[in-house]
Amino acid sequence: MKDFSVFDIIGPIMVGPSSSHTAGAVRLGKIARAIAGNQTPSSAEIYLHGSFAETYKGHGTDLALISGLLGFETDSPDIKKAFEFAEKEDLKFNFFPVDLGPAQHPNTVKFSLIKKDGTKLEIIGKSVGGGNIAITELDGYEISLKGDLPTLFTKHKDIPGIIHQVSGILCDHKINIAFMKVFRKEKRLEAIMVLETDDTISKDIIKQIQNIPSILSTHYLDPV
Amino acid sequence: MNYNYFSEIVEKANQRKCKISSIVKEWEEEKQEKDIAEIVKLMSEQWQVMKRAVDSGLNNPQISMGGLIGGEGKKIISYMEKNNNNDIYLKSAARALAVAEVSASMGKIVAAPTAGSAGIIPAVMLACIEKYGSSEEEIIDALFTASGLGIVIAKGASISGAEGGCQAECGSAGAMAAAAAAELMGGSPQASSNAAAMVLKNVLGLVCDPVAGLVEVPCAKRNVMGTTLAIVSAEMAVAGVTSVIPLDEVIAAMDSIGKSLPAILRETGKGGLAVTPTGLEIEKRVKGEKKNV
Repeated sequence: MKDFSVFDIIGPIMVGPSSSHTAGAVRLGKIARAIAGNQTPSSAEIYLHGSFAETYKGHGTDLALISGLLGFETDSPDIKKAFEFAEKEDLKFNFFPVDLGPAQHPNTVKFSLIKKDGTKLEIIGKSVGGGNIAITELDGYEISLKGDLPTLFTKHKDIPGIIHQVSGILCDHKINIAFMKVFRKEKRLEAIMVLETDDTISKDIIKQIQNIPSILSTHYLDPV
Repeated sequence: MNYNYFSEIVEKANQRKCKISSIVKEWEEEKQEKDIAEIVKLMSEQWQVMKRAVDSGLNNPQISMGGLIGGEGKKIISYMEKNNNNDIYLKSAARALAVAEVSASMGKIVAAPTAGSAGIIPAVMLACIEKYGSSEEEIIDALFTASGLGIVIAKGASISGAEGGCQAECGSAGAMAAAAAAELMGGSPQASSNAAAMVLKNVLGLVCDPVAGLVEVPCAKRNVMGTTLAIVSAEMAVAGVTSVIPLDEVIAAMDSIGKSLPAILRETGKGGLAVTPTGLEIEKRVKGEKKNV
């Protein structure tokens, strides 16, 4: 059973009207931004599924998702004006209410992002209630992450020893791994590793991990 | 120490001859590994946001995102001023509506325990300041009493409309506010428990049936229900009225009722008021168009 804090009950401080459709949507946008390298993408096509598709206007889910992509907090008074801020930051966006299939959670969103450097990113996430969220897919990989802990992603070659090397570096710096998962589409090709840690990971440590020969890329996310 | 039942908290407070809020603060201190001063400061921040939300809703009313509510709180205050009416229940109703309106127009609020029920605790706390002269410090303490009960309800039943219906949201908020108010009115720990039980017993079975799926209708006015019930139940409990069914058993009943509610009455917008002719018409107007890809 979850150990609630008094601030889970009286809190969070947030912009209304809904913890799942507004606060959760901001957090989903923030994670997508973090995965995109903590910068505002140049374009975002946003697909809304289920209850998100049906009630997004009345809940400000669209404003909330864009706010997240712009890096706003869940209690920012600017959420209401997110579209104006998006224009200032040259973020082009479109919303598409869609049906992503019966297997998806009712509050699911798919982001198709193009970063300023032209690279593309596809992220699927869900808002599961009370402002809690989970990312379920990244660039076609089924993953699982909640964004409430410092999170490190690696894209790497699927070869023996890579997990050992990454966890070794973390161990050297006394960083405790809370959750860890490895995902791949095909044996011995590319794989993704998601590490959620109790402690924040410094830039130096991330650089060391990037220097491991079989690591193709890394992303680091502070808790959102 | 960990508490799963409110009676355990009451018993501890009785043993120690202290308020429930003191027990809850210590409980939080253990969990967070932060000192009490820091925890109190955080709670004070929540309280400041609550007060600002009330002020903003009354002084600067906005139309909600779905366009269904807005300005009702101010309307009540204007009526009261015009008629020299200073009734605390009516004033509290205006305040609860004000917060609900702020939330529905994307203003800043404190989920207490949810965004949809965010007006109840601020309105009841302000009534305690006005009627019983409670100090800021006492209010912040009482918010721990409220959230301690909220934790017990979240563990034993639910505070989510999607899981337990409106009884879990406005019901829980009302019960939490009543427990806090009873403490502020000088009641014993057991009076807080009785006050909360009397609120919950009156909302058992209350469904969550938001029109067009929006947190506007009937949510805003159900905040008034929770507020009114909380104040009167706290007064009753402090007067010595007790709940025949103990609070923890009421919470268990709420849990089993919530579980037996059909999904159409749990925040899906597919039952109750949401499917009345007017509700359906509003839904058609508000919803985004859907297409397949």
